[in-house]
Amino acid sequence: MTATQDRPAAEIGKDRRRKEDQRLITGRTRWTDNITLPGMLHLAMVRSPFAHANITSVDTEAAKASPNVVAVLSGKDFGEELGACINAWPITPDQKTPVHSPMPAGRVAFAGEIVAVVVARSAAEARDAAELVDVEYDELPAVIGIKKALEDQVLAHPDLGTNKSALWVFDSGEAGTGTDAEAAITEARANGIVIEREYRQQRLIPAFMEPRSVVVDPTGEQITMWSATQIPHILRFALAATTGVPESKIRVIAPDVGGGFGGKLQVTPEEWVAWAVARRLAKPVKYTETRSESLMAAHHGRDQVQTLTLAADKDGKVTGLKVHLDADLGSYVAIVGGGVPVLGAFMFNAIYKFPAYRFECQTVLTNTTFTDAYRGAGRPEATYAIERLMDELAAEVGVDPLEIRERNWITHEEFPFTTVAGLEYDTGNYEAATAKAKESFGYDALRAEQKERRERGDRVQLGIGVSTFTEMCGLAPSRVLGSLDYGAGGWEHASVRMTPLGKVEVVTGASAHGQGHETAFSQIVADRLGVPFEDVEVLHGDTQVAPRGLDTYGSRSLVVGGEALVKAVDKVIDKAKHLAAHLLEASEDDLEYKGGRFTVAGTDQGVAIQELATAAFAAHNYPEDMEPSLDADATYDPVNFNYPHGTHLCAMEVDTETGAVKMRKYTCCDDIGTIINPLIVAGQVHGGLVQGIAQALWEEAVHDEAGTLVSGSFVDYLLPTAADTISFDVVHTDDPSICTTNTLGTKGVGEAGTIASTPAVVNAVVDAVRHLGINDIQMPCTPERVWRAIQGSRAGGATDTPPDAMPHFQEGALNQDEGAGQ
Amino acid sequence: MTKIELTVDGAAVSDDVEPRMLLVQYLREKLGKTGTVIGCDTSNCGACTVHLDGTSVKSCNVLAVQANGRTVTTIEGLADTAEGDLHPVQEAFRECHGLQCGFCTPGMIMQAVDLLGENPHPTEEEVRLGMEGNLCRCTGYHNIVQSVLHAAGQTEGATA
Repeated sequence: MTATQDRPAAEIGKDRRRKEDQRLITGRTRWTDNITLPGMLHLAMVRSPFAHANITSVDTEAAKASPNVVAVLSGKDFGEELGACINAWPITPDQKTPVHSPMPAGRVAFAGEIVAVVVARSAAEARDAAELVDVEYDELPAVIGIKKALEDQVLAHPDLGTNKSALWVFDSGEAGTGTDAEAAITEARANGIVIEREYRQQRLIPAFMEPRSVVVDPTGEQITMWSATQIPHILRFALAATTGVPESKIRVIAPDVGGGFGGKLQVTPEEWVAWAVARRLAKPVKYTETRSESLMAAHHGRDQVQTLTLAADKDGKVTGLKVHLDADLGSYVAIVGGGVPVLGAFMFNAIYKFPAYRFECQTVLTNTTFTDAYRGAGRPEATYAIERLMDELAAEVGVDPLEIRERNWITHEEFPFTTVAGLEYDTGNYEAATAKAKESFGYDALRAEQKERRERGDRVQLGIGVSTFTEMCGLAPSRVLGSLDYGAGGWEHASVRMTPLGKVEVVTGASAHGQGHETAFSQIVADRLGVPFEDVEVLHGDTQVAPRGLDTYGSRSLVVGGEALVKAVDKVIDKAKHLAAHLLEASEDDLEYKGGRFTVAGTDQGVAIQELATAAFAAHNYPEDMEPSLDADATYDPVNFNYPHGTHLCAMEVDTETGAVKMRKYTCCDDIGTIINPLIVAGQVHGGLVQGIAQALWEEAVHDEAGTLVSGSFVDYLLPTAADTISFDVVHTDDPSICTTNTLGTKGVGEAGTIASTPAVVNAVVDAVRHLGINDIQMPCTPERVWRAIQGSRAGGATDTPPDAMPHFQEGALNQDEGAGQ
Repeated sequence: MTKIELTVDGAAVSDDVEPRMLLVQYLREKLGKTGTVIGCDTSNCGACTVHLDGTSVKSCNVLAVQANGRTVTTIEGLADTAEGDLHPVQEAFRECHGLQCGFCTPGMIMQAVDLLGENPHPTEEEVRLGMEGNLCRCTGYHNIVQSVLHAAGQTEGATA
């Protein structure tokens, strides 16, 4: 038996090195593409080069004659068994949702859509033959870009009659959560300050490092799909719901998955085609995409135009906010595509006490790659808008950006606080996070340096950007999701099993792809159950091992999945207590449980949980009113979202002659409640920061006027490198705001860095050149855009944002600044 | 088909390969060395980095026939054994939380080993420049840089 009393001090809060790492650093990995099965065939996809076209013929003869080709199939070769890619969140009852076939037989709606599949004995032979498939198209006019789509002149799906998919509205006056935003704006126009801006959330690509891969094995009683997915459980549900195979005959496995960031929160055409081909041929098949295919056909993120009106009194106290979003869904309404901007609807008021708020979101369809969740999903866009606006308000009032925030934020005495968007924030301390961030950043010294450089007329100017963010995460209370017409709940499931030899198997419905669940969940169970960290094995990502679950996204694994674990562990302890009382011949009331051991109060009698596990296994002696097992399941449905927050401060240097920008320092103080593993938290923050910084400075997915993705490789889509980035200053408040809606007191952290950092960086860039008359630079803030802004201001050009700061929306300019790169 | 003979992770191997076969495909498909992975098709990401005669190369950028008569070391041959005796750079990546999903990690580690071979005591700037050819989407590079500096004996280890 393990000597549990020798166990080290509490695991929670300890910077444990990860259990996952041994296999990952030695190459003993099980990525989907590593899986090879006897007789396995390989797929290559034939994709449409046109953004919008009718398929007039598919000639497969030459491809079929190619060496070792087994079959060549197109959409017309399949019936209903091909299934459909589903939209699980129709945001309004009358949402226009085009049918999304995995491999359409009639019409393609974006460049990269699958029109045929080649099956061969090797991947290389499949790809060779794919070149020989002769598809004839009748090209149709394509609609590219939000503003074109809104005109409804060219239609992405002519049969729908419009490009407008859904209009979703929240109004605090109507909802009773606040007053009328229009009235506040009218009042501010007369007697206060009105800030009106249009901001562009450029299209991004999640660009996880592991390209998507799927293996389907139709041999055996269950059909097994391995997929590089974040959502094995939802994937199984959707396969069953759309392809006619019962759930009980489907096993989905997400083995080692190489990153997702929302990009693998999808039910993909590639998975559905592989499924259909394997069933048709009764042979195992594998499809692994190339990076070019991944960038072109895996879903994109963001892509909104935000039209914003902020009303305030003359002292800079905000009286109302009106938001109109136009969001580009791309060619189809993907699984939660329409809902992504709605996830931002509740966050534009952020940490502030706005009395009035109106939000409208118009989703549109275009002939581009479909969009869906990307790290933060709706909340980065909202945070960007409000944090940029608060800086603009500070400039208008003439006070420090932190001062304007303090005049408007919820003070720590005011929690719990019901916001104008109707959410109840349980805890938070914006003052403490800001004070700590300022101190660590050296805020006052950097402001002094900025002043000195300005006065000196230094060629390189310093800017300081602020972002005081909060977010709603831990998706999600099932009833809230139901009220928003989301197609599923937000619970999570866990099982805790005591093995006969006293080890612990933990089964979770969360599905990690880099987050370190095996480590963090082991720490939680080790503490709660009083067993050694090393004795806990976390099992996940296989619907036959973890039969219930809702997977990993929306910073939910710890706050929802972790709480399910706690509840399952507590049930195990209750069962063990009953058995312990029986074996010790004591009353349950006299038993104490500590360090994995029940002891009878006032005696030296006791029994360890491991001994009880063995006793339950042997089942030679147990109470008559108990079954011989300590194992337990729990399903936890959160009662609220949780609301991590933080103050992020960024210093950027801007070369006013070349437009080059350089990050000087980045400090963030995040308050995320209880921290289970500070090392993993720091890693989540670092990675999140760089994804948000990359939106501010580098990344943009660009379709040309024909709808071809021109940023379709890592040569063109600028993922940052080690040389582009800096080391970060990551701190936390000394006295964190413990979450009150889960036992562990945790708040989500997976998306925080990405949500917070983008406005901090752009605020810093704008702050560096604001004295030149500049109040906006469109993302990504490339040297060219910065240089043009400076040149424009020197020439006495307009600095009011709409419409001139958005020249890429002007007719014919196509996601580029005027005259740039065409 | 062309016959090649080479040494991979200490073992002599011999195969007939198509002249167009990439070294990374040879390693994965013929030898089952799936620890080395493919992350892109433009030799930007560096996930497939291995050592060819002791120098790091992107194995998607080398034909299998070019490795004929030469010695290849992959992530699977870096540690003395699979269960222990990690290379100090592997140990440093674990110690400093230099990986999350782990997909870029084999390439990162192989590149870091080569970098430290050439420059045993790099500055942070030298590490950042030396690792520029390897992309990571999870870590923001912060802890990868810490890992390399740690392996060089220049930091105490992870800071959370």
